[in-house]
Amino acid sequence: MKSCNLNKRLRSCLIGTACAVLLPVIAQADELSRAAMLSYTCAGCHGTNGISPGSIPSIYCKTADTIEKALKEYRDGTRFSTVMGRHVKGYTDDEIQLIAGFFGTYCNEKIGIKK
Amino acid sequence: MSKYTRRDFVKAAGVATASAIGILGWPIGVQAKTGNRSKVVVIGGGYGGATCAKYIRKLAPGVDVTLVEQNKEFITCPFSNTVIGGIKRIEEITHKYDKLKQRHGVDVIHDLATEIDATKKTVKLKSGKTLGYDKLIVSPGIEFVWNKIAAYDEKASEIFPHAWKAGPQTLLLRRQLEGMKDGGTVIITAPADPYRCPPGPYERACLIANYFKQHKPKSKIIILDAKDKFSKQPLFINGWETLYPKMIDWVSKSAGGTVVRVDTKAKLVENDTGFTYEADVINVIPPHQAGAIAQKAGLADKSGWCPVNQRTFESTLHKDVHVIGDSALAGEMPKSAYAAGSQGKVCAAAVVAELGGLNMPEPSYVNTCYSFVGPEYGISVAAVYRITDKGIAAVKDAGGGSPKDVDDTFRNMEAVYAQGWYDSTVADMFE
Ligand SMILES: Cc1cc2nc3c(=O)[nH]c(=O)nc-3n(C[C@H](O)[C@H](O)[C@H](O)COP(=O)(O)OP(=O)(O)OC[C@H]3O[C@@H](n4cnc5c(N)ncnc54)[C@H](O)[C@@H]3O)c2cc1C
Ligand code: HEC
Repeated sequence: MKSCNLNKRLRSCLIGTACAVLLPVIAQADELSRAAMLSYTCAGCHGTNGISPGSIPSIYCKTADTIEKALKEYRDGTRFSTVMGRHVKGYTDDEIQLIAGFFGTYCNEKIGIKK
Repeated sequence: MSKYTRRDFVKAAGVATASAIGILGWPIGVQAKTGNRSKVVVIGGGYGGATCAKYIRKLAPGVDVTLVEQNKEFITCPFSNTVIGGIKRIEEITHKYDKLKQRHGVDVIHDLATEIDATKKTVKLKSGKTLGYDKLIVSPGIEFVWNKIAAYDEKASEIFPHAWKAGPQTLLLRRQLEGMKDGGTVIITAPADPYRCPPGPYERACLIANYFKQHKPKSKIIILDAKDKFSKQPLFINGWETLYPKMIDWVSKSAGGTVVRVDTKAKLVENDTGFTYEADVINVIPPHQAGAIAQKAGLADKSGWCPVNQRTFESTLHKDVHVIGDSALAGEMPKSAYAAGSQGKVCAAAVVAELGGLNMPEPSYVNTCYSFVGPEYGISVAAVYRITDKGIAAVKDAGGGSPKDVDDTFRNMEAVYAQGWYDSTVADMFE
């Protein structure tokens, strides 16, 4: 599971150029990537880093696979949603993978620990 | 002033380690004018500015970020209609800047920015202080175009409130509604596009109607509109018919809804054919333009709004000045809190990338707007945007409004998620 995550993160970072190399070294580097750009947009509903303070479910500390599966089910209409189905239709399969990979790395961000 | 290299920047900014730089061998060249650390100044601590300040620090903790905000507390426009409707107290939509300072190390200065010198790269404050910057971000929201509707100026707004900037105006409109007799009439004038929060006037009508239904059931609301269609129209109209039958009248532009003059003494408004409407409470939402400081600094064009490179939000009129939020011309994105925050994050990445000599990743933008038709009846509209040759454009066949034919449970869930959106977005800017 872990290596699978890392793989996805690496792939996501390649698009953001330099960060792919820097990725294992320091946290902030992979923030300047296409994956981060896509994922930051979710925070308006799910909270910064996917940590939601209110009624919308948190999405941090889920594996990349869980998130990818959920997003695709919303898009295909096999999972009930009020808004996610409409929203996820705006992303390609590749983008969904980048997003899932990005959130898959966040866990317990409150105390500054990444998975 | 010392020479400043990309290597220094990246090191100081915490973007990456020196050894990693070694591997990549980035060229030398970025110079910072204000010493060893890059300095970013943000004007306006609202949805655009506060979010941008926080995300710059998140991306590059070594960059100094100073946020200039005139008010000590931020009262959100989102949910201010719930205060007008008597559902929430204003304290519940009032937020502090402490955590932006403590948790994110943003230097928050409560002062008014009065001048921008884009050549010297300085910002003057009302207190007399001058701040230098490497990059300036301007997110001042909107300014009203007074007297575009004849006789509607700042003074008139003390009698016919706009309540389109949250605060005393919100409370004034609330007090007027509380003081109105049962069987009275309220007029809301809705402006032509573009304006902040396209569904806002219609949500306001709903929440006033909700208050009337419980306390003043013989009262009426007339919306005089300078448009022939509006955001989430079928959903709103369906909601009005369900929850507030015969209480809300919408007068379109074609039907004479364009207000051109007000008379605060006679308590009336006049439309473009000379017809007058009288009412007990009159809420005028006047046309707007980019925030005053953006106008003064020459960041706006003839339209009254600020043209930007929609990938980086850098002004096309002044280098190293970025404009985000309501003030910016952001392609197909509406003027909303969600959009302002989304732009703030893209702008943060652009600024950090440029300061560090790194590549700016392909941006992605989102907007969603929740509205209350009733306290337990929510609707929403969503969109995902990409950058195209023609600027920011919505992805086709995605997003859109809430479905039309759904049950009460669905509407109730959206009302609950509207509060969730509010909490998350406020946390995303301040916490
Ligand atoms: C009634 C109403 C309801 C709304 N509901 C929603 C909603 O449900 N969802 C949604 O997404 N959007 C909503 N909006 C829209 C939303 O409020 C705006 O789009 C959003 O606030 C824009 O963010 P901004 O950063 O551009 O400006 P603002 O959030 O207005 O922030 C601008 C800040 O800059 C400060 N400022 C300005 N000039 C200076 C200066 N010279 N020096 C120092 N400080 C300065 C101001 O004090 C202010 O704090 C609503 C708007 C209204 C009016
Ligand atoms: C408009 C607000 C909104 C936006 C924007 C949004 N979400 Fe959601 N999300 C929700 C809501 C509400 C739910 C609950 C399902 C529903 O009713 O749509 C949800 C559910 C989810 C779930 C399932 C969580 C669980 O525990 O069941 C995942 C995963 C998710 N969202 C991921 C994302 C990602 C990734 C993005 C950004 C690409 C995103 N969301 C953008 C509102 C939003």
